[in-house]
Amino acid sequence: MENNWPLWEIFIRSKNGLSHKHVGSLHASDEEMAMQNARDVYTRRSEGVSIWLVESKHITASNPDNGDSMFDPANDKVYRHPTFYDLPEELKHI
Amino acid sequence: MEKNLEEIFQSRIDREEKIEPKDWMPDDYRKTLIRQISQHAHSEIVGMLPEGNWITRAPTLKRKVGLMAKVQDEAGHGLYLYSAAETLGVDRDTLFEQLHSGKAKYSSIFNYPTVTWADIGAIGWLVDGAAIMNQVPLCRCSYGPYARAMVRVCKEESFHQRQGFEILLSLSQGSEEQKRMLQSAVDRWWWPSVMMFGPSDDDSPNSAKSMKWKIKRFSNDDLRQKFVDVCYEQAKVLNVTLPDPDIKWNEERGHYDFGLIDWEEFWQVIKGNGPCNKERLAARNKAWDEGAWVREAAMAHAAKRKERSNKKKVA
Ligand SMILES: [Fe+2]
Ligand SMILES: [Fe+2]
Repeated sequence: MENNWPLWEIFIRSKNGLSHKHVGSLHASDEEMAMQNARDVYTRRSEGVSIWLVESKHITASNPDNGDSMFDPANDKVYRHPTFYDLPEELKHI
Repeated sequence: MEKNLEEIFQSRIDREEKIEPKDWMPDDYRKTLIRQISQHAHSEIVGMLPEGNWITRAPTLKRKVGLMAKVQDEAGHGLYLYSAAETLGVDRDTLFEQLHSGKAKYSSIFNYPTVTWADIGAIGWLVDGAAIMNQVPLCRCSYGPYARAMVRVCKEESFHQRQGFEILLSLSQGSEEQKRMLQSAVDRWWWPSVMMFGPSDDDSPNSAKSMKWKIKRFSNDDLRQKFVDVCYEQAKVLNVTLPDPDIKWNEERGHYDFGLIDWEEFWQVIKGNGPCNKERLAARNKAWDEGAWVREAAMAHAAKRKERSNKKKVA
């Protein structure tokens, strides 16, 4: 099957002040069609004020199998958290 | 090794962790999801046909814009769901091919005809109503992309059911003829809607597995019971009778009892012998075949534009 149109990932900013968030994907022949389709598929009820799209093949993702070694080290670095530091009760505004 | 992975997988499910596309999953989990999500997507797409039938003949402009918006939503639902299925490694054209060749199933409800305007109301009330009952628990499905798609779908569905009920409500307040039209639409759509929840739990071999994997949260029969209980009360508002002489309140169970379902009819429609199976597939195939040149032209246009902009960069 080769007449599949390329796949695009769609990101939408729901309102100014918030970041773009991934909402899903769709097929389109080029960015112009992808933009029109994203508007029709993902913003029919004013869900957004801005759309980003990127062809799915351009996304590099971390490998979930390495999840532990990649994200785990945070557990033994408690000194990165404010509660690690002992300070007297009477100290205020810190 | 395999065993170990499967145990880890199940314990993630038991902890209510979501499974994402690149995570390890048993082949059977993947296959079950591809089948369920794609059948669901096909149902949304084929579901546009019986309703599309009435867009040009809607009785007022208000009804027409409402119905158009609903049918457009169903197209969107199909797209969200196809995308979710594709995250499992199957491509879109393969899914279409399965639908068009008749290999894939879709909800048997869409193989019934919409003979009067009242059918559009009955579909919104009963068919979308049954779909919502099925879909709300799917928002908590263990597979992330499916669950997220269902959240979007469910947000949009409540408008569908309300517009349907309002169509029926207007008819219930109309002339004698309109009231008869309303009752006969309910007579036609009631049993097929009750069947939408699928075979009884004893005849549903995959149910237990889907429950264990938290793809499914409630049994077919439990959801069906909930549907009957809710609809019986709603029917009173419309002044219609549900075409089942055996419906009555069971104090002990705290639910309505209801009559036997004609499973023979259900399996016949699934097998392709419903009133509109051939018509629906023919319509999908026609749309796909006649759209071929558009798909090709769009790709050719994209290629040409890319070539042109590459040339400009070189120059
Ligand atoms: Fe839908
Ligand atoms: Fe719907």
